[in-house]
Amino acid sequence: MAFRRKLVASLTAVVSFVLSSVVQATADLNMRPGVTETSQEAYDLHMMVIWVMTGIAVVVFGLMFISIFKHRKSKHPTPATWSHSTKVEIVWTAIPLIILAALTIPAVKLLLKMEDTSNPDMSIQITGSQWKWHYKYLEHDIAFYSNLSTPREAFENFEGEQSEKGENYLLEVDNELVIPVNKKVRFLVTSDDVIHSWWVPELAVKKDAIPGFINETWTQVPTPGTYRGQCTELCGKDHGFMPVVVKVLSEADFDQWVISKNEERIAAQKAAEAAAAASWDLQKLMALGEKVYNSQCAACHQIDGSGTPPMFPALKGSAIATGEVAAHIDIVVNGKAGSAMAAYGAQLTDAELAAVITYERNAWENSTGDLVQPADIQAFKAGN
Amino acid sequence: MADHRPTGIKRWLFTTNHKDIGTMYLWFSFIMFLIGGAMAMVIRAELYQPGLQFVEPNFFNQMTTMHGLIMVFGAVMPSMVGLANWLIPMQIGAPDMALPRMNNWSFWILPFAFTLLLSSLFMEGGAPNFGWTFYAPLSTTYGPPSTDFFILGVHMMGISSIMGAINVIVTVFNMRAPGMTLMKMPLFVWTWVITAFLLIMVMPVLAGAVTMMLTDRHFGTAFFDAAGGGDPVMFQHIFWFFGHPEVYIMILPAFGVASEIIPAFARKKLFGYSSMVYATASIALLSFIVWAHHMFTVGLPVAGELFFMIATMFIAVPTGVKVFNWVATMWQGSMTFETPMLFAIAFVILFTIGGFSGVMLAMAPVDFQYHDTYFVVAHFHYVLFPGAIFGTTAAVYYWLPKWTGKMYDERLGKIHFWWSMIAVNLTFFPMHFSGLAGMPRRIPDYNMMFADFNQLASIGAFALGLSQLFFLFVIIKAIRSGKKADDRPWDGATGLEWEQLPCPAPYHTFDTPPKVS
Repeated sequence: MAFRRKLVASLTAVVSFVLSSVVQATADLNMRPGVTETSQEAYDLHMMVIWVMTGIAVVVFGLMFISIFKHRKSKHPTPATWSHSTKVEIVWTAIPLIILAALTIPAVKLLLKMEDTSNPDMSIQITGSQWKWHYKYLEHDIAFYSNLSTPREAFENFEGEQSEKGENYLLEVDNELVIPVNKKVRFLVTSDDVIHSWWVPELAVKKDAIPGFINETWTQVPTPGTYRGQCTELCGKDHGFMPVVVKVLSEADFDQWVISKNEERIAAQKAAEAAAAASWDLQKLMALGEKVYNSQCAACHQIDGSGTPPMFPALKGSAIATGEVAAHIDIVVNGKAGSAMAAYGAQLTDAELAAVITYERNAWENSTGDLVQPADIQAFKAGN
Repeated sequence: MADHRPTGIKRWLFTTNHKDIGTMYLWFSFIMFLIGGAMAMVIRAELYQPGLQFVEPNFFNQMTTMHGLIMVFGAVMPSMVGLANWLIPMQIGAPDMALPRMNNWSFWILPFAFTLLLSSLFMEGGAPNFGWTFYAPLSTTYGPPSTDFFILGVHMMGISSIMGAINVIVTVFNMRAPGMTLMKMPLFVWTWVITAFLLIMVMPVLAGAVTMMLTDRHFGTAFFDAAGGGDPVMFQHIFWFFGHPEVYIMILPAFGVASEIIPAFARKKLFGYSSMVYATASIALLSFIVWAHHMFTVGLPVAGELFFMIATMFIAVPTGVKVFNWVATMWQGSMTFETPMLFAIAFVILFTIGGFSGVMLAMAPVDFQYHDTYFVVAHFHYVLFPGAIFGTTAAVYYWLPKWTGKMYDERLGKIHFWWSMIAVNLTFFPMHFSGLAGMPRRIPDYNMMFADFNQLASIGAFALGLSQLFFLFVIIKAIRSGKKADDRPWDGATGLEWEQLPCPAPYHTFDTPPKVS
């Protein structure tokens, strides 16, 4: 009896702990209804199934508990002898059939609606790669990468230190996908390397990005705002660190954004040309190179160039980083087929490429003394 | 009749006795269960709070991958084969399995297969890190060098499973005692025959998938590489054509266990025996036409999505029939609640909860929101842990007196039950919420909004991990110093093994076929 009392007491403690934590987190208890028509319909369907399932649970478990209570040996010493009833069995096969058929109807309707990508107002190509997203606006001359902007110090807490974690920890990026409000935007989703999946819960859009294939999906957002999601298909080491952020702007703001984005592009192009024409000294190349390296290369090759062999080779003392310059430029610009090494030729400017290659050739005691100039990259690309 | 057998290690190496082999399968699966569980502890420790505290993301991925592979292929499947070995010959009145040497071989492959698989943890580049579903091209072009050991290991496990399945089928169809007609077989035997057919149909498909991976990796083929004219999505079709029946391979024998235990402790015949058999067979057949419900987001044609959605939802019908039959078996019975019964009832309730989330996941337009989130993790752990594993646990408590001649300590058994019951729900129920809130699966770190539920799940997981050590203690205590069991320790238990054999069952049983009434 003492044991039983203790058990009850500890059970009560556990249950009250669970309940209090649950109440604390009530805000996140359920699926969010989201902001689009489809996401809200998906939410309604979700709620409908939950209630239907809860109803079934109450009936089935209810009967079971009545039985556990009433038909125990102490209260019901002689068991019944029946073990079959065709009538009952037909009924409990038919009722679930009817319930399921009833659930199917709204599901089919919503599915057809969600998969209807016809007549879009604009189209954006989304390309996943390890571990960032690339957005290309097909009707505008806009294309950019979107990287996680939470600093690595914030999540690498190995030695027991805990860095400050903001509200959008791991759900923030340097360049958000920007779309206009109330326009049907079609997404063409694909990948450069492995399979990723582009998901924004508030929009109820989740589509796999598959290398070599293009998937279509769409959204139409009625309210401006910022909506956050994540990659949902395991895509390697940093799968947990490639968020999706969509910023929905009013039409006027969106037009303004397009204009500024274009100006930015022209300015960047001019700056890149100027940079490419100039001759850079080692210090300047190393400074820019380190910045580019840490944001683009360090995820695999590590900050100290030690890599994680054999998947991601070390650059420190490597044959490529200390060998022939042309081979080094080639692997950075064109990537390496059949490996995780991506082609950076189109992702970085010539100056950035020159800087990062110079950095890799001189950092971590590689000290080749080689200087790669933007002009070298241009020459390489021209001869390619 | 005198037993002729080598002693010491040779007994276990060379044995062709179904009871010895069953014992080895069960112990092997329990060791694997502890190893896979230790990996789950690493995962839950890392997810206890936001930030990376203990392991690098790449090692985290190795843990999720190995945890899945070990639990599916090393813990659940061999434990079911162990039960089959021990019980099927006794339940159908056969002296042994039909192919005893093959039986020995199919067991002894396993330690080697898992040594290969586990050795990858110590290799340069680490163990496989692409999830137990090993989607191409992450597992082909981008896989670590140890992937080849994984491929070989999977081949060996596959061979072992296929041989085990053939053995069950041959035994059941040829070695039943006179009078033991198919429709008189205990339900555990039925569910296992159906499982065995699933195994021989899908394990070769898995073997095909890993072979294609191997040639893609090393011999210049491009089955799963679009650049060479292949298709990464084809990998998923092949994998899930194996993978979905695999889910039922893991659960059907547990259905059989529940169908033995519930009538025994309700002291009432199983309700609707024949509809149980037909429901099991329909679940098995349906399992071949629903595989793409794991792939609603890969960009299937909408007609395909409709087909797989509707087919999947209808699996709920035969599954519902089974649950209703169990409840009807309890109804107006005369129940007592010993440990096996407690686990069996928890199995029915918690498996059904997993079934409810299964219906939700079947609905494609909502699945877009659930897919690859913790909601899915909650769902399949509800059908696997309180499903397959509670089923096996119930079986161990129920048949332990038959196997060892000893009784476990009922009080400890009940502590084990309540401990597991609370821990399992504390671990997996919050995962529904973190999934609905938007937390993807297989991530080593997460936003603050998921923190509370992850902390709860981690606390539950540690308790659940410990409960397994307690289980080990209860069993070892029973074997070493348990009370001697009566020949009929459960007054409601029926079947040849209870009615015609003593406890413990002698080394050789039914040398002459029993009479079946």
